[in-house]
Amino acid sequence: MPDGTLSRPQPRPEASALLTLEDVGKAYGSGAKNFIAVQGVTLQVRSGEFVCLLGPSGCGKSTLLRIIAGLQRPSSGRVLYRGEPLAGVNPHATIVFQSFALYPWLTVLENVSIALKCKGVPPAERRQRALKLLDMVGLDGFESAYPRELSGGMRQKVGFARAMAVEPELLCLDEPFSALDVLSAEALRGELMELWLNRSLPIEAILMVTHNIEEAVLMADRVVVMAKDPGRVVTEMPVLLRHPRRRKDTAFQAIVDKVYAAVAGQKKSEAEALGVRPGQAGRIRRLPAARLNALAGLVEKIAAEGGRQDLYRLSAELVMELDDMLPLVEAGALLGLITVEEGDLSLTPLGQAYADASILTRKELLAGRILRLPMISWIYETLQEDDDQRVAEEYFLDRLRPEFADLAEKELDVAISWGRYAELFSFDDDTDELYLEKQTES
Amino acid sequence: MRRFQFSPALPRTPAFTAGDGLIALGLAALLYAGTRLALRAPAVIAGPDISLSLGALPWYAMLSTGRMAAAYLLSLLFSLAYGYAAAHNRTAEKVLLPLLDVLQSVPILSFLPVVLLGLSSVLPQNVAAEIAAIVLIVTSQAWNMTFSFYQSLTTIPSELREAAAVFRFDPWMRFTSLELPFAALGLVWNSMMSWAGGWFFLMAAEIFNVGARDFRLPGLGAYLQVAASRGDVRAVILGLCTLVLVIVLLDQVVWRPVLAWADKFKLEMTAGEDPPESWCHDVLSRAWIVEQVEKRIWEPLSDRLDRRLRERFPARPERTEARRARPSGLAVAAGVAAALLAGYGAYGAAGLLATLPGETWRRIGLGVLATFGRVAVALLVAMLWTIPVGVLIGTNRRLAGILQPVVQVIASVPATALFPVLLLALLRLRGGLDLAAIVLMLMGTQWYLLFNVIAGAAAIPQDLRNTTDLLRLSRLDRWRTLILPALFPYLITGAITASGGAWNASIVAEHVEFAGRTYATRGVGAIIAQATSQADYAVLLAATLALIATVVTINRTFWRSLYRLARDRYRME
Repeated sequence: MPDGTLSRPQPRPEASALLTLEDVGKAYGSGAKNFIAVQGVTLQVRSGEFVCLLGPSGCGKSTLLRIIAGLQRPSSGRVLYRGEPLAGVNPHATIVFQSFALYPWLTVLENVSIALKCKGVPPAERRQRALKLLDMVGLDGFESAYPRELSGGMRQKVGFARAMAVEPELLCLDEPFSALDVLSAEALRGELMELWLNRSLPIEAILMVTHNIEEAVLMADRVVVMAKDPGRVVTEMPVLLRHPRRRKDTAFQAIVDKVYAAVAGQKKSEAEALGVRPGQAGRIRRLPAARLNALAGLVEKIAAEGGRQDLYRLSAELVMELDDMLPLVEAGALLGLITVEEGDLSLTPLGQAYADASILTRKELLAGRILRLPMISWIYETLQEDDDQRVAEEYFLDRLRPEFADLAEKELDVAISWGRYAELFSFDDDTDELYLEKQTES
Repeated sequence: MRRFQFSPALPRTPAFTAGDGLIALGLAALLYAGTRLALRAPAVIAGPDISLSLGALPWYAMLSTGRMAAAYLLSLLFSLAYGYAAAHNRTAEKVLLPLLDVLQSVPILSFLPVVLLGLSSVLPQNVAAEIAAIVLIVTSQAWNMTFSFYQSLTTIPSELREAAAVFRFDPWMRFTSLELPFAALGLVWNSMMSWAGGWFFLMAAEIFNVGARDFRLPGLGAYLQVAASRGDVRAVILGLCTLVLVIVLLDQVVWRPVLAWADKFKLEMTAGEDPPESWCHDVLSRAWIVEQVEKRIWEPLSDRLDRRLRERFPARPERTEARRARPSGLAVAAGVAAALLAGYGAYGAAGLLATLPGETWRRIGLGVLATFGRVAVALLVAMLWTIPVGVLIGTNRRLAGILQPVVQVIASVPATALFPVLLLALLRLRGGLDLAAIVLMLMGTQWYLLFNVIAGAAAIPQDLRNTTDLLRLSRLDRWRTLILPALFPYLITGAITASGGAWNASIVAEHVEFAGRTYATRGVGAIIAQATSQADYAVLLAATLALIATVVTINRTFWRSLYRLARDRYRME
C-alpha cells in the first residue's frame, strides 16, 4: 500500500453491507414541474466504514441522510438495512445534528437520559449510564448544567453522548462540526477519531454529511461526492491514508485537490449551461446565488495571482467556505470570465480584459455577458416591450413559478441583483415593479 | 415589564375567503339558537343584594377571583386541545384556523346579552349568570393563547422534531418533553395578557343589568357599581383598593414566579440580558419542602405516568415529514352535519331578521356609525397622549425605572371597574354619558398603546439615534424620519388590540342603569342593551350581527393592510 498502513483494518470485501441504497430519489411537489432533491442514488455502507457525503449546499446530502435514518420516505428506489427494507425510523441508526438539537429546557444529564427513557431503561440505571456516557466525552461535572451554559463544542459533545446512549450501529453525522468555531471543531474531530479508531464505540459504521472537503479527507475511508440540480452522486473516492492524517502532507493535499476538482469541475454543454427562457421547452438555468461585486473581487484576485490559481488554496486564502466559493466560480464560468480545470481557476481572455478595464467599461462588459443568459434577456426584453418600461414583479413570478415553485422569488431576486449591478434594469420596492434603467447620457 | 413584540399574529390569508362566509353563517346560526332559547327567558330577573360593608369585601374578592381562575383553567385546556388539534391534523387546521381568526376579532361582549338570556331560560338565574360570566371570560381569554400555542407547535425547529423522532419519543413524551416546553414561554406571556383582559370582562359581566332583568353577580365589580350608584365614596375607595390589591398580589405570587420559572424554556442558546426576576420564585425554588415534594412525589409519579402512557400508546415508527391531508369519512360526515345545522340556523336567523322594518335597520346603521365615531375619537385621543409620553419613557432609562411600575399598577385596574365611578362624576354634565362612554373606551385602550409605544421607542437602535443627532435634524424632521416610522409597527399592533377593546366597551357604556335611573345614548351598544331589556329578539340579533360584521370588516380591510405595510416596510431588522 503506497500511502502507508491503516490503523483500522479495511472492511473485508465480503463484509456484509450494513446499508444499501438502490436508485433512491426524492422529489417534492407533483406533476411534471416538481423539485428533485435527490435522483438515482446508489450507495453502500459496509461494517467498519467511515463514509462522507460531500457536496455543495442544495445537493440533497442532508435529505439523503434523513432518508437513511428513516425520517423521510424516498419517492423512488429502495433503502435496505442489513438486507431488510426500511420501514419508518431506522431503530439502529441515530443522528448527531448540525444545530445540536438539544432540548434547552433539560439539563445535560436529562438530555442524555431522555434517550434512554425512550428505550424503557428504569430511572436509576438511566442516571448511571448517562453519567458514564458524559464521562466518556469528557463532560463529567457538567451534568446539572443547561445547554445554554456550555460552549458550542461542549454542546456537541452532549449531542454525541446522547447519540451513543441508544447504542446505534450506524451513526449519522449531519455537518456536526460546521456550527463550531475552528479550534473546537478541530478538537472534537480529533476526539471522535480517537474513539472511533480505538473501537471504544460500539458503532458499526459512520456516515457523515459535510461540505468541508478537508474535513472529509481528514476523517473518511471513502468520500462520496455529490452535485446539485438535481442532487446526485458524481463519484466516489477511497481515502487510503493512514491515521492520524496531516493536512500538510503532500499525499493529503493531492487527494484534497482531486476532490476539489471533482466538486467544482462539473461541465455542461453551452446550450445546457445557459438553459432556456421561461415558457420554452427545456430547463431554465438557475442563476448561481452569487453577488457580482464579489465575482469582480475574485477576478481581480486571480489576475493578481497571475491569471491562474489553485481553487483549494484560493478559498483557504480568502477564508471562504466551499458553499460561498462555488456559486462565485459557477457565476464566473457561466459568464465566461473564468474556466475551471482540475481544481485550478484561470481567467479567460475576457476575464483578463475585465480585470484590466475601468469601472464603466466593466459594467458594459458585464451587461453584454449577462444578456446572453435567457433568463436575463427575457426580463430585459419584456421590459423593453412594455409601454412605460415597467412591469409588475408578479408577472415574472407567475412565469417562473411553474418551474421553481417556492424558489421563484429567490431566483428573481438574484436576476434583479445582477440586472441592477449591470445597470440593465432595477426594482421599485414601493410599487413592486421591475423597470428599465434609463441609459445615462454621457 | 410587559414585553410587547411585533409578531405577525395575522395569518397571511386574503381579506375574505369562502371560509369566512361559512363562519359568518355559523355565527349567525349560533346567535339565532341563543335568541330562540331566550324567548323563554323570565321577564323579571331579581339581582343579588350587594352589601357595602367592609366585611363583605374579602368574600366578594374571592368570588371574583374564583370566576377568573375557573375561566382561565377552561381557557388553558381549550387552548391546548384546540391548538394541538389544529397543528396535528391538516383537516382540522383548515377549519380551525380561519375560525380562530374571526373569533379573535369579534367583539366578545356583544355575545353577553344573548348568552345571558339563553342560559337563564334553562338554568336557575344565579347559575346562568355565573356560567355566562365564565363563558364570556373564556371567550375573551382563549383565542390569543390558542393562537400562541398553535404557532409554537408549528414553529418547532425541524432538528428538534427530528431528534424526537430519531430517539423514538412516544406521542405523550413528545408532548411533555418537546411541544409543551417549547410553547411554554409564549403561553405564559399570553396567559398574563389574557388574565389582565379577563378582569375587564368579569367586571362587565358582574354589573350587567338591563331593565327588569338584573344579571349582576356578587363580586368586586357589583360592589363598586352599587357603591358608586349610592354615592358612597368611602366604599368606592375601599373597593378599588381591594381590587388593586388582589391584582397586584396575584401578579406577585402567581404570574411573576411562573414567568421566572418559564425563562428556562426559552430557545435562545445565550443567557438573557435581564431574565425576569421574582422574589416569590426565588423563595420557592430554594425551599427544602419544595425540593422534597419534587423528588419524592412528583418525579416518581410522573415517571409512572410516562410508563403507563407509553404502554398504552407505543411510539409508532413515525416520519417527520408532513403527511398528505386526506379527510377521513368521519370528518367529512361531521363537516356536512355542521354545515347543515349552520344552514338551518342561518335560515331561521334570516327569517327572524326579515321581520324587521327598514326603519329599524336604519336605526342600527346609525347606531353603528355613532359607536364607530366614539371608537375613533377614543383611539385618536389615546394616540395623541401615548405617543409623546411613551417615547419619553422608552428613550429615557431613568424615567422608565421610576414610571414603569406606577404605570403598570394604574394600567392593571380594569376600565369597567372604574366605569361606575366615572358615571358618578360625569352623568351630571350635559352629554355626560357620551363623554363617559368615550372615557371608558379610552381607559380600556390607552394602556395597550402606551406599552407598545414604550417598547417601540426602546427598540430604536442607538446607532440610528446617534446618526440622527449627528445630522442635526430639526425636531420635526427627527420625528418624521426616525421616531414615527420606527414606532409604526408597534403603534399598529397596539391599535389593533385597542380598537377591539373599544368596541367591546360600547356594550356596557352606551346604556346604563345608575342610581335608579336609566341613561342611554345613541349607539349600537345601546340598541343591544335596550333590545335585551325589552325582549326584542329580532333587533338583538340584527344589532349583534351588524356589530360583528362591522368590526370584522374593519379588521380585515383597514387594520390588516396597515399591518402588512408595517411588516413589509417599517420593520426594524
